[in-house]
Amino acid sequence: MQLLQEILVVDFSQFLSGPSASLRLADMGAEVIKIERPDGGDICRQLYVSDVKIEGESTIFHAINRNKKSLAADLKNPRDLEKIKELIRQADVVMHNFRPGVMERIGLDYATVRQLNPSVVYAEVNGYGEEGPWKDLPGQDLLLQAVSGLAWLSNDQQRPPTPMGVAVVDIMAGTHLTQGILTALYRRGVSGEGGLVQVSMFESILDFQFEVLTCHYNDGHELPVRSAVNSGHAYIAAPYGIYRTADGYLALAMGNILVLGELLGCTPLAAFTDSRDWFSKRDTIKQLLADHLQTGTTAAWLTILEKADIWCAPVINYDELVKQEGYKLLEMEITVQTSNGLAIRTTRCPIRVDGMRLTATQGAPMLGEHTDEIEHQYGLTPKLQSAVK
Amino acid sequence: MNARPLDGLVVLEFSQYLSAPSAGLRLADLGARVIKIERPGTGDAGRKLAIKNLWADDNSLLFHTINRNKESFTANLKDPEELALVQKLIQKADVLIHNFRPGVMEKTGLGFDALSALNPRLIYAEISGYGNAGPWKNKPGQDLLLQSLTGLTYTTGDADQQPVPFGIAIADILCGAQLVQGILAALIRRQKNGQGALIQASLMESLLDFQFELLTTYYADGRQPQRSAVNNGHTLLSAPYGLYRTADGYLALAMMDIQVMGEALEHPSLLRFNGDQVFSERDSIKQEIATLLATKPTAYWLQKLQARGLWAMEVLNWQQMREHDAYKALQMEQTVHALGKDFVTTRCPVRIDGQRFTSSRPAPQLGEHRERIIEELINPS
Repeated sequence: MQLLQEILVVDFSQFLSGPSASLRLADMGAEVIKIERPDGGDICRQLYVSDVKIEGESTIFHAINRNKKSLAADLKNPRDLEKIKELIRQADVVMHNFRPGVMERIGLDYATVRQLNPSVVYAEVNGYGEEGPWKDLPGQDLLLQAVSGLAWLSNDQQRPPTPMGVAVVDIMAGTHLTQGILTALYRRGVSGEGGLVQVSMFESILDFQFEVLTCHYNDGHELPVRSAVNSGHAYIAAPYGIYRTADGYLALAMGNILVLGELLGCTPLAAFTDSRDWFSKRDTIKQLLADHLQTGTTAAWLTILEKADIWCAPVINYDELVKQEGYKLLEMEITVQTSNGLAIRTTRCPIRVDGMRLTATQGAPMLGEHTDEIEHQYGLTPKLQSAVK
Repeated sequence: MNARPLDGLVVLEFSQYLSAPSAGLRLADLGARVIKIERPGTGDAGRKLAIKNLWADDNSLLFHTINRNKESFTANLKDPEELALVQKLIQKADVLIHNFRPGVMEKTGLGFDALSALNPRLIYAEISGYGNAGPWKNKPGQDLLLQSLTGLTYTTGDADQQPVPFGIAIADILCGAQLVQGILAALIRRQKNGQGALIQASLMESLLDFQFELLTTYYADGRQPQRSAVNNGHTLLSAPYGLYRTADGYLALAMMDIQVMGEALEHPSLLRFNGDQVFSERDSIKQEIATLLATKPTAYWLQKLQARGLWAMEVLNWQQMREHDAYKALQMEQTVHALGKDFVTTRCPVRIDGQRFTSSRPAPQLGEHRERIIEELINPS
C-alpha cells in the first residue's frame, strides 16, 4: 500500500511553491488534480526558461508536474465552479498559492470550502502572510531571498550580496506546506476534523536560517561576516570552504588546522596552535591553504586527506557527477512519459519507503487532459450527478 | 498549552548534529513527545558545538536552537540491561529517527528488522549521507561535501568565480524536511493498515531532488548550467534576474518584461531588446541595467518598478529586516527559557487553524528525563 493511497488532492497552485508540495504528495501515492484556467493554465507552462523547452513548454513545468492530472475550469463560470465544488466535496486536500483575498473573491475560501466538506484539509502558501505591509506583494523566490537577509550569507566578503542559485524559498515553503498538510491529515485520522494549513515563503526562509538567525538574535544583533577567502559559511572557522587545486577544486569542511598543515606539508599552519585563532584569523589561514593547495592536484590531496579521515571531497559539476558510481547506484533518474508519447528524464522522489524507491512513469499532463475522465470518475457532470444521487 | 496536532505521538531520536535533529524539532513543534536517546557522559556531540562561542548553559546556544522542546534519556547501548530498557521504550514508541552511518544501528541490535519484530507499528526513519551502498557509503555526510559532490556549487556566484557554496547547511535541512514528510505519510498509512514502515532519506538524494529543475534541464540538453557573468541570480533565467547595486544599497529584480521595465525606469535604450535576447544576451543587458541602477537610490527605483507591478524588492540585512513592519507582523520570534538564561529563537513556520506553534521549553540537560520516562513509558504502574 502506498503511503498516501486514496488521498485526493485538488490543487489550484501555480509556479513552484505549491506545485512542489503537491508533487511530493503525488510521489507518495496521492491523486493530485491540477485545476487550471482553460486559456493557458498554470503560468509555469508558458514560463520559457532559458532556451530549453519540452513540447513547447518549459522543462521546469515538466519537472514539477509529473504524475499529476489536469482539469481545465474557468472559475468565473458558475457551471464550472459548481463542478469544482462537487470535486471538493470528495477531496481530502484543497491547496492553492494565490495571494490573500483571491480565493475569497472566487468563492472558494476556507470558510466556504469547509461548509462543502467539513473534514477537508485546506492548505495555502503565499509570500508574506496575511497581515503586514507586504501581504499583497508577489511571493517570488529571489525577492524573498533579498528581504530575508539570506543574500548576505553566501560568497566572499568583498562580493556583493549573492543569492542562492536554486529556488530555495519556493522549495522550503513547499516542504513546509507538505508537512502541514500531512500533519493535518494525521490529526483528521484521529479526530475526524479537517483543518487550515498556512505557510508563507517569508516564514519558511526565516526557518531555513534558524541556526544563524538565533545567533544574531542573541549576539547583540551583529551582522554575519563572510570569510574573505573561499567563504563556505559565515559562522564557521578555517578551513571550511572550496579551494582551487592544480587541476580543479577541493572542498574542506571542519578540520584541525595543525593536523591539516602536517598532512598537506603546509608548514606555516604550524604557527596556529591556539584553536580560537582558526576562527578569528580564518582568512589568513585560508589564504595560506589556498596558495598551498594550488601546487598539487585534487586527486593527490584527496589521497592524503581521505586516508587520515579528514572531511574533504572533490568539487564536481553535473558532467562529472553523472559518471560517478555513487551517483549511478542511487538510480535517481527516472523517465516519465506524457500522453502523446514524449519521454522526459527527470529525478525521482528522494524518500524511500520500505526499501523501495518511489518512482513514477506518468509525465506532466496536457492542459485539461483529464477533464472528461475526472468528470466521469467523480460524477461532476450534471447528468452523472443525478445518476449518482 | 493548546492541543497540538501530533499530541500523543512518541518519537525516539538516536541522532546528532543537524539533519535528523531538525526533523525531530519539527515533530516536537507540532506536538509529538520527542525523546533524545543519548550516550551517558557526552550525549549528542552537538551539545559542545558552538558558533561565535555562544552558550546557554553547559550546552551551546546552537544545541538549544535545534533541540528545544525535546526530552533526554541516557542509555549505554552496549550494556545489555540498558539496551533492554531502550527496547521496552521502543515498544511504546511511534517513531524512531536516527542518523548513524550505515550498519551502526544493526550492530547495536537496533536495526529495522529487529525493531519491527519488536514493534510492528513502529515508523523507523533513517538518514544517511549517500544511501546505504556504493563507494561513498562510509564517507562523512557533511553538508559542504555534499554540496560539492552534487554540482550545487556551480549554481551560485558569477561566471568568473570559482564554485560558490550555499552559506547554510542546505543538505542537512532539506534531508530533515524530507524525513518528516516520509514519517508523517507513514503515520497516515498506519492509521489505515496498522503497519509501521521503513523511511529512508539521504543528504545526497535530497540535494539532487532540490536541483530537480536544473537536472531535468541538464538531462534534456546535456549542457552545464551557465552562471551569468553579471549579478548571477539563477542559471536558467533571463535578464534582469539578479541583485543590483544602487546609489545607497542593493535592489533585487526578478523576472520581468524588459520592455515594460525600460518604460518604468524611463530608460528607452532597453526597449531595443526583444524577448529572445534577454537570455542570449543577458550579460550585456544586465551590465547596462547595473550601470543605470547605480546612479540613484534603491527607493527611487523601487517606487517606479512597483508602480508598474514589476517584481522588485530591496535587499535587506537582518537588522533592517527586523525593523520592518512586514517582519514584525509575522511574529516569528519566540523566547526560550534555558537554565542559564532566556534566549530568542525562531518558531515553527507552519500554522494550523491559525495557531502559531511556540514553546518556551529549552533543550534538555543530558539524561534530564530518564526517571520520568522510565516511570511514564517503560514501567507505568
